[in-house]
Amino acid sequence: MLLAEGLRHAFGGVRALDDVSFTLHPGQTLAVFGPNGAGKTTLLKVLAGLIRPGGGRARLEGGRRAVGWIGHQPQLYAHLTVRENLRFWASLYDVPDAQRARREADLLARLDLNDHADRPVRALSRGLVQRVAIARALIHDPRVLLLDEPFTGLDRTAAEEFRRLLAEQAAGGRVTVLVTHNVEEGTELATDVAFMRTGRFVQLAPRAGRTAAEIADAYRLAVTGG
Amino acid sequence: MRLLKTGRWITGVGLALLAAVYVRALAFTPVERFQGPAQKIFYIHVPAAWSAMLAMGLVGIAGILFLLLKDPRFDRFGEASAEVGTAFSMVMLTTGPIWAKPIWGTWWTWDARLTLTLFLFLLFLGYLLLRGAVTDPGLRARYSAVLGICGLVLLPFIHLSVYFFRTLHPQPIVLKPSAPSLPGPMLVTLLFSFLVFTVLYVGFVTQRYALSLLREQAEPHA
Amino acid sequence: MADVWRHAWLLARKDLLVEFRSRTAILSALVFTVLVLMVFNFGRDPTAVAAVDLAPSILWVTFTFAAMLALNRAFQLELENQALDGLLLAPVSRSSIYLGKLMANLVFVATVEAVGLPLFALFFNVPILHVLGPLLGVIALATVGFVAVGTLFSAMTARTRFAELLLPVLLLPFMIPPLIWAVLATGALLAGRPLSEAAGWLRLLAAFDIVFVTLAFVLFPATVNE
Repeated sequence: MLLAEGLRHAFGGVRALDDVSFTLHPGQTLAVFGPNGAGKTTLLKVLAGLIRPGGGRARLEGGRRAVGWIGHQPQLYAHLTVRENLRFWASLYDVPDAQRARREADLLARLDLNDHADRPVRALSRGLVQRVAIARALIHDPRVLLLDEPFTGLDRTAAEEFRRLLAEQAAGGRVTVLVTHNVEEGTELATDVAFMRTGRFVQLAPRAGRTAAEIADAYRLAVTGG
Repeated sequence: MRLLKTGRWITGVGLALLAAVYVRALAFTPVERFQGPAQKIFYIHVPAAWSAMLAMGLVGIAGILFLLLKDPRFDRFGEASAEVGTAFSMVMLTTGPIWAKPIWGTWWTWDARLTLTLFLFLLFLGYLLLRGAVTDPGLRARYSAVLGICGLVLLPFIHLSVYFFRTLHPQPIVLKPSAPSLPGPMLVTLLFSFLVFTVLYVGFVTQRYALSLLREQAEPHA
Repeated sequence: MADVWRHAWLLARKDLLVEFRSRTAILSALVFTVLVLMVFNFGRDPTAVAAVDLAPSILWVTFTFAAMLALNRAFQLELENQALDGLLLAPVSRSSIYLGKLMANLVFVATVEAVGLPLFALFFNVPILHVLGPLLGVIALATVGFVAVGTLFSAMTARTRFAELLLPVLLLPFMIPPLIWAVLATGALLAGRPLSEAAGWLRLLAAFDIVFVTLAFVLFPATVNE
């Protein structure tokens, strides 16, 4: 369960978050669409607990242990292998060895990383690195997923597999907040859709079966027209 | 603005009093028996070193208060105090050797006051360089506070190591700045000088703080 | 509390693993150590200056440089792929991050010192075995002192421009007192002076360590939290 209440935050003189509120229950996926500089990344950071908001509060059931994060940067150690990275990050979340081994095998297989599992991360291409980042985010079985443009660098097949993974996560009761400026990528998975502009949610509504095209139209209207 | 004017006024008073200190030290204070007129620099250098140390101490305290209370005024004060401290230190470090050369024959001695001031100067320099290297104001304030606090805590250790400097490098002339053993008129001059330097410190910091405030108001977004 | 140490150890192990893989920093430090020792040896006139007089200073110059090399890379590693954010997101306390870095840096510097000290004794023909215990004590105390402060500062400088120039400038006033005491104590020990003489400086070093390790531990969270 994820709760945001009246979130406010400013950097210098710029209002990055302006009274953002919403509640998410297990199984919900919120897709936040907005142009660059709308405050999407700041929102995620506040939800994750990386930034303490200037006003309002965010609450995440399970605390930091329950958060899986995929952001612009992969958060991996270039000189360590894929497996070593996964092992390290899992250890910080106190994942028992047996469980970690199982999840590791499963994620490596699904993200088609088995051939690269013992190569150092710096030897991998951007697309592969993104896949490893996804594995890193999921290795500790997080209940809340905070995703910032997670499809960047993924090819068609990888993106498909990732979508399937996310759908499974949601079906398993995970809460997901997906932030992106690309309406096509996020729509399919979303149960709820929000449009964000200059720190505010200009619209927050259930997806209600709308297609990507319909949402794209609504987005354009809300963000450029309003 | 009013704060700036107050600052200027205080500084003006301080400078006038400083002239009075000079007059008193040169004309109305007895000459020290062993060291002659050269010893009189002591009335300026000791309080100046003390002011620089005060400046550093206050930077540290401002840092503690900033981290606890998150009030940006403390950060502004810390910056002002550090700049004033740097100025005092630089004056000390340039006049010290210039005075030392004709008197002692060397530009630099590991004299306790000079060494202490050198340390302080390095601390202030680091503080200002760190501030210059960080663009985000929030981050800059936090980093400055951390460094300032470390500087404050270092002060007693500087004293402890400077003592060893002095025992290792015998001075050409041993200067004894120990205040209690000074006879009456010399003590008065010294204390007066302490007061004057404190006034100067307050005056300069007030002005610098005011300028900082004015600059922030003039640029709405840094 | 046990968690703090456990996580710190995991972090330190990761750092050492990465360093072992890349090897660049440790090799530069070792090469520089040998270089300095050789240059000092060839540069002096053995009839004019006894080795024992110069010895403490030479020893500490080499150790200090090794420490600077370690400290420079300490947090750079975390910035490469924004791994630092990953660490901050994980359920590990900020203090663990500091302790982990501190431990890894100490191991790095200790490794260089373990090579430098015997080489120094060899090149300069300085007998050290009879005072090895106290000498190691001095080395350990002084190293902890400036690495503790250096680890804290490197967390701050890592994110600035000119990080490699800024760190030594900031650190200089903090290194001088422990270096003075260390050089004096080393000199006294090598010259065969009674242990009680060196004891005073050892006490000062210990006091410096206790104060600054605690202070750095307390202040570190302020450098990474927003």
